[in-house]
Amino acid sequence: MELSEEIIRLHYDINDEDFSAAGEASSAVKKTLSRLGVSPETVKRVAIAMYEAEINAVIHADGGAADIEITPQQIKVVISDRGPGIPNMEAAMQPGFSTATESVRELGFGAGMGLPNMKRYTDEMYVDTKIGVGTTVTLIVKI
Amino acid sequence: MLKVREIVKILDAEVLTGEDQMDMEIYSGCGADLMSDVMAFVKESVILCTGLVNPQVVRTAEMMDIKVLCFVRGKVPGEVILDLAREKGITILTTKHPLFITCGMLYSAGIQGRGVWN
Repeated sequence: MELSEEIIRLHYDINDEDFSAAGEASSAVKKTLSRLGVSPETVKRVAIAMYEAEINAVIHADGGAADIEITPQQIKVVISDRGPGIPNMEAAMQPGFSTATESVRELGFGAGMGLPNMKRYTDEMYVDTKIGVGTTVTLIVKI
Repeated sequence: MLKVREIVKILDAEVLTGEDQMDMEIYSGCGADLMSDVMAFVKESVILCTGLVNPQVVRTAEMMDIKVLCFVRGKVPGEVILDLAREKGITILTTKHPLFITCGMLYSAGIQGRGVWN
C-alpha cells in the first residue's frame, strides 16, 4: 500500500466492553500511516488526536466507530458515537473542564484535556453534537 | 542525556521489558498520572514516569513514541501490560521511589522536561 491519488479508506468499530483495548484503532492507523511513508511528526499528530477521540468514545459514549480517509493532501479521521452528546461545547473546549467520573480519572483520563489536545494537534476540527443522539468529531491533519 | 542503563542505576530500578535497549539515549522526561496531560506536550527521546498502572499507559507511550516507561512507588504491572509493551517495543522499568523523587533524581542527573513543539 502506498500514498497515491486514490483515497485510502479505513473503518474500525470502537467498542466499550474492554477499556484496556481502547486505542487499538488509533494504533492500527498509526501503523498504516507509518507504512505509507507519512512523516513521523504528522503520524504522531494524527495518532494523539485520534487516540483522545477514541478514548472519549469509550468513556463517554459506550463506543462508536472510526472512519479514516487518507489522501496525499490530508488525513481525515471521523469518530462518531451514539452517546449523550456535549451540552456545553464552549466549556468542553476549555482545558481542564471535564464531566468524566472519578472511575475514569482513576484510569488516567478525564483531565479535561481531550478536546483541547485534539484541537492542538490538528489543522481542522469539527464537532457535531446532539443531546441524546451522539457526537461526531472530525479531525483533519494536512500532509 | 542519560542512557537507559544509567537511569536504571540512578533510580535503583528493575528492568521488566526491553533488556536489550539499555544503550538508548534519553534527553527528556515527564512525570504524570494523567495521560491527557502527557499528551499535551510532545517531546523527543522521552522517559515517562508514572504511578498509573494500566494498559492505556503503554498505549499513550505508543502514540507519543515514548520508548521508556518507569512505574514508581514499587508498582509492578501485570503480564497483559508487559506483553503489550514487548509488542510495541517499549522498555519498562520499576522503581521503589515515589514520583516526585524519581523526577527529581532524573532532573538532577541531566534529564530535562523540554518539549519540542511548544
